[in-house]
Amino acid sequence: MKHARVACDGAIHDATENNGRLLLADGRFVGFDAVTWLPPLAPVPWPRTILALGLNYADHAKELAFKAPEEPLVFIKGEGSLIGHRAHTVRPAGVDYMHYECELAVVIGRTAKKVRRDDAYDFIAGYTVANDYAIRDYLENWYRPNLRVKNRDTCTPLGPWLADTADIANPMNLALKTTVNGHITQSGHTRDMIFDVPYLIEYFSSFMTLNPGDLILTGTPDGVVDCQPGDVVVTDIEGIGALVNTITAQP
Amino acid sequence: MNLSPVLAAGTVYGVLLNSQEEWAAWAGQMSDAPYKAAPKAPVLYVKTANTWSACGAAIAVPVRTPQVEIGASLALVIGTPASQVRPQSALQHVAGYVLVNDLSLPHTSYYRPPVKYKNLDGFLGIGPRYATPAEVGDPNRLQLEVRVDGHLQQTLDLGQMLRPAAQLIADVSEFMTLRHGDVLLLGLGAHRPLAHAGQRIEIRATGLDALGVLTNTLVEGAP
Repeated sequence: MKHARVACDGAIHDATENNGRLLLADGRFVGFDAVTWLPPLAPVPWPRTILALGLNYADHAKELAFKAPEEPLVFIKGEGSLIGHRAHTVRPAGVDYMHYECELAVVIGRTAKKVRRDDAYDFIAGYTVANDYAIRDYLENWYRPNLRVKNRDTCTPLGPWLADTADIANPMNLALKTTVNGHITQSGHTRDMIFDVPYLIEYFSSFMTLNPGDLILTGTPDGVVDCQPGDVVVTDIEGIGALVNTITAQP
Repeated sequence: MNLSPVLAAGTVYGVLLNSQEEWAAWAGQMSDAPYKAAPKAPVLYVKTANTWSACGAAIAVPVRTPQVEIGASLALVIGTPASQVRPQSALQHVAGYVLVNDLSLPHTSYYRPPVKYKNLDGFLGIGPRYATPAEVGDPNRLQLEVRVDGHLQQTLDLGQMLRPAAQLIADVSEFMTLRHGDVLLLGLGAHRPLAHAGQRIEIRATGLDALGVLTNTLVEGAP
């Protein structure tokens, strides 16, 4: 089943996908156009940990002129950077290079501490699509990638769906693609990850407890390009969903 | 974790290289690889919720890591959301202040994000008291003292921050909204004291009882 979280008629609702419509938890059916889409995540009592991988696809590491890392390159994002499906992301004035990153996002389902990779899938609630935008003009070599590049308001669209693990037989066998104004600009496959999902859960949970609702954004493959205000960017992962986002100029 | 009401549920951001002494200790290497230039924007990191320890809690140190680095700092807890604020009005967004002990495993490179050094379970002591802006006054006038097993190991003058509290809030809020409950740590000193399992760490602000004394004991972690 695919879950969403939407604002509709003055309230926030949990919803599920049902034959091309949304079934709200109160039994109403509404169209996809009748709602504001929020990140498909249930509220959590503590700030959500959002781990994001850099250079986790060999081709992208090569694209950015890096050799593949020997251990996961990870940075952390704040929850304030998340926005939902069909929302707008701000391109700051005067920058030269802003690019999307289509990423498989893993949502943790159970408290995970010192989990072995063979058991890792038991700790996953489901999967969604993240678009982890970067403004490369702001890149500095201190705790790189630094938060001014990666933790800006509106710069992490997430959604539209949280797909249950039951719907995704093997998250390491999914095609990813990004289109900009309908043209395919990025095309990859999760089997090409350097550190796969079970490895990442084992690695992180070896030193930090992952809690239900925490996210792991697993990195992006080759094929990132600059995006301008007005561009419609769709990050799409097979079997999970197509996350639509529009770039807007700084107000 | 039961830290309410000491911290509201927001994201905790720390800042590297904000003290003059820490900057001075690194200035000679800033032009070298891999850094290649001094940082321009505040160098931030996140202390995730799994790191939060209440005052009085025992904090587990990994068995194979003999020592941890003590990062005494002052937490600015945001009340009214701050987005692109000016320094002149930035402190109006602070709801209160809390002492923190931002523990790290010692690391000699600041090139990559320090997740495996700074985000271990329990590695942020917080508390014991939430002091109001009226009780604290100018946060940059405070001095923090760090004691390990009762011996004074560090005195940190918050007046020597390159970005004082108001400037730090302004510069961070230029690119990300600080939301209600989010927390900014004001910065660390250089030559941060080390401690090992079995030792007791105390952090206090001299001459200000309103923040209380943050006390945590290090214990050996499970293998």
